[in-house]
Amino acid sequence: MTHSGGVPHHKTERFLMSPLKIEKGASSHSAYDLRSHMSEEIETHTLAVLVTNEAGVLARVIGLFSGRGYNIDSLTVAEVDHEGHRSRITIVTSGTPQVINQIKMQLERMVPVHEVADLSVEGAFVSRELALIKVMGKGEARVEALRIAEIFRANVVDSTLESFVFEITGTPDKIDAFCDLMRPLGDVRLARTGVAAIARGV
Amino acid sequence: MTRQMTGAKMVVEALKDQGVDTVFGYPGGAVLPIYDEVFQQNEIRHILVRHEQGAVHAAEGYARATGKPGVVLVTSGPGATNAVTGLTDALMDSIPIVVLTGQVPTFMIGSDAFQEADTVGITRPCTKMNWLVKETDKLASTIHEAFHIASAGRPGPVLIDIPKDVQFATGSYTEKAKTKVSHYQPRVKGDIDMITALVEAMETAERPLFYTGGGVINSGPQASTLLRELVDATGFPITSTLMGLGSYPASGKNWLGMLGMHGLYEANLAMHGCDLMINIGARFDDRITGRIADFSPGSRKAHVDIDPSSINKVIHADFPIIGDVGHVLEDMLRVWKARGRKTNSAGLAKWWEQIETWKTVRCLDYKADTKVIKPQYALERLEALTKDHDRYICTEVGQHQMWAAQYLGFEDPNRWMTSGGLGTMGYGVPASVGVQVAHPDALVINVAGEASWLMNMQEMGTAVQFRLPVKQFIMNNERLGMVRQWQELLHGERYSHSWSEALPDFVKLAEAFGAKGILCSDPADLDDAIMEMINHDGPVIFDCLVEKHENCFPMIPSGKAHNEMLLGEASTKDAIDADGAVMV
Repeated sequence: MTHSGGVPHHKTERFLMSPLKIEKGASSHSAYDLRSHMSEEIETHTLAVLVTNEAGVLARVIGLFSGRGYNIDSLTVAEVDHEGHRSRITIVTSGTPQVINQIKMQLERMVPVHEVADLSVEGAFVSRELALIKVMGKGEARVEALRIAEIFRANVVDSTLESFVFEITGTPDKIDAFCDLMRPLGDVRLARTGVAAIARGV
Repeated sequence: MTRQMTGAKMVVEALKDQGVDTVFGYPGGAVLPIYDEVFQQNEIRHILVRHEQGAVHAAEGYARATGKPGVVLVTSGPGATNAVTGLTDALMDSIPIVVLTGQVPTFMIGSDAFQEADTVGITRPCTKMNWLVKETDKLASTIHEAFHIASAGRPGPVLIDIPKDVQFATGSYTEKAKTKVSHYQPRVKGDIDMITALVEAMETAERPLFYTGGGVINSGPQASTLLRELVDATGFPITSTLMGLGSYPASGKNWLGMLGMHGLYEANLAMHGCDLMINIGARFDDRITGRIADFSPGSRKAHVDIDPSSINKVIHADFPIIGDVGHVLEDMLRVWKARGRKTNSAGLAKWWEQIETWKTVRCLDYKADTKVIKPQYALERLEALTKDHDRYICTEVGQHQMWAAQYLGFEDPNRWMTSGGLGTMGYGVPASVGVQVAHPDALVINVAGEASWLMNMQEMGTAVQFRLPVKQFIMNNERLGMVRQWQELLHGERYSHSWSEALPDFVKLAEAFGAKGILCSDPADLDDAIMEMINHDGPVIFDCLVEKHENCFPMIPSGKAHNEMLLGEASTKDAIDADGAVMV
């Protein structure tokens, strides 16, 4: 499904197709909902939600998740269209296919929500996160930290005799891996932004 | 050339522009400027209630009885928080209401000012949408947008919080016609391919069934007219939820009665045994489905709903159709007629035979009594004596509500006002006030239990002040009946706090309010007492003392399936039939 960014389109065009009867195991990047309707497996989906940039809209979206017991694994939000007063909320959520479908439908029917894109099923997408990691240590551990940072292409944005702050961007998995390698080298403090994601191609 | 005026004046102008003729409200410090403007005009009538919750329920009754959004005006702080129950009720039952609340001045927000509350924060989960207006120039367009959202798509409650300094300040008024078109435009036309697939299934179905709900009422009277045409043309049986009663007439040939937890035996078994279930404007609520794993296991289901999130929320739909029920019914009729008006007549004949055998169980029969008024008997007599009037029925919540749904017959939509989704006790008294305001010459009856009735009884003052001749038909069993029933059947008869003690003398209470009180405890006097209630020109409180330990049957206990209904003791073929019960 393509998105014509910037062109207002009626929310009415998005409706649920009843699922095709094809078994599990199909690619998670397929454009069709091929999973069995009654599957109980927990899936993780990345949703990109375009909303009106107005006071209280984020609270309303988050209230939906907490009120209905849906998970928020990660959430980022920022204005993306100043003249059109639109923000994009990127949410990583998890649940059974029926729950994921309900989350999308409930988001879509909210008045300030313009569009809900499930990046996990609508084709390939890019997802990135930024983290700032402070590692406090001395001697050989400090050197090792620098070497690992170079491998991961992390930048040093602060250094003192006893600490470094690394800035790293990448997929959440890459950031997890980097943190795991840093932890044995000293005291680690971590700040992460959460996932921003966007569909590949047109 | 835009007109300049104060925010308070804008509120009144915008309401007039929207065609509002009635506002239910209660004044307070934060809304004084708006009340000043209300005082200085005559087109909009303001009904002063006695509690803000009453204002919201009255607006709900008004909305259901007219199809127009109900309008509420209350003050900040406790005024707004008192409206929360009514807002939640309207959200659950999809009733269009616009609630205007005052707020402390913008520069005092967040400082714990007098009568300040985070109204938009508190009401965010219980409204379809809400706004805090911080600039007077935006106030008019916000009000117009609010009315659009309250009524468009699946109707619901909206709230506008208006700080006092915004009410005092001057700004430009935006006309309704000049307000920017909202991006919120829900789909109303159903997908014609899916509709055709459904019609194809209807042509061959052996055991089809229409399952209709509140969505038919919300769509407007035309939807009910189209539904009747479709049902009568196809000859399919039809059942309805609590919220949908009246869309198909109770006297109709194909009517099976209400379905669900306290629905009729034949309706529930038809749902269980059908092969094509056509859901029109209902939402597969848990009161209807019973245990989901066993819900209508052999049927394919069509689901027509204007809210896409309702479809496949609980029950999988084989034919999901998103659209306004009225538009979809129109298309269904057109396609079915164009394809030759086919049905599976052999299959249908056998299906109706099966349904007729289920009807012989006579699940609504009860043991009649000559000494004590049975609640079912009271409602049978009320039905007989009022059905030819221009009648509107409200209810409170509990056993009496279920009996009212079972024993009263609804011939038209918009004549049945009850709190279904949220089940709010205290809904009926103010709702009856709202309905009577909308229809001053009609017979408006609130069927109530004594416990529910006391929750918002202060609204009798409103009824007397505005000369609203509402009839409060209290079925007084001195018990919290529905709770007691569950305690009897499921909690080993441990009646924990389910009786009404220290009840007032309702006749004296009526007189204290300046209304008429009637007390009746003998079945032989019931007819005369009801006629006295109907003929009295003014509000009436009718204290009908009924059997204290009657259970409401049929009942699907929670966690059971449709074909595991409990039936009452009198539901065998040999029991006294309904005609006999009347004469005893």
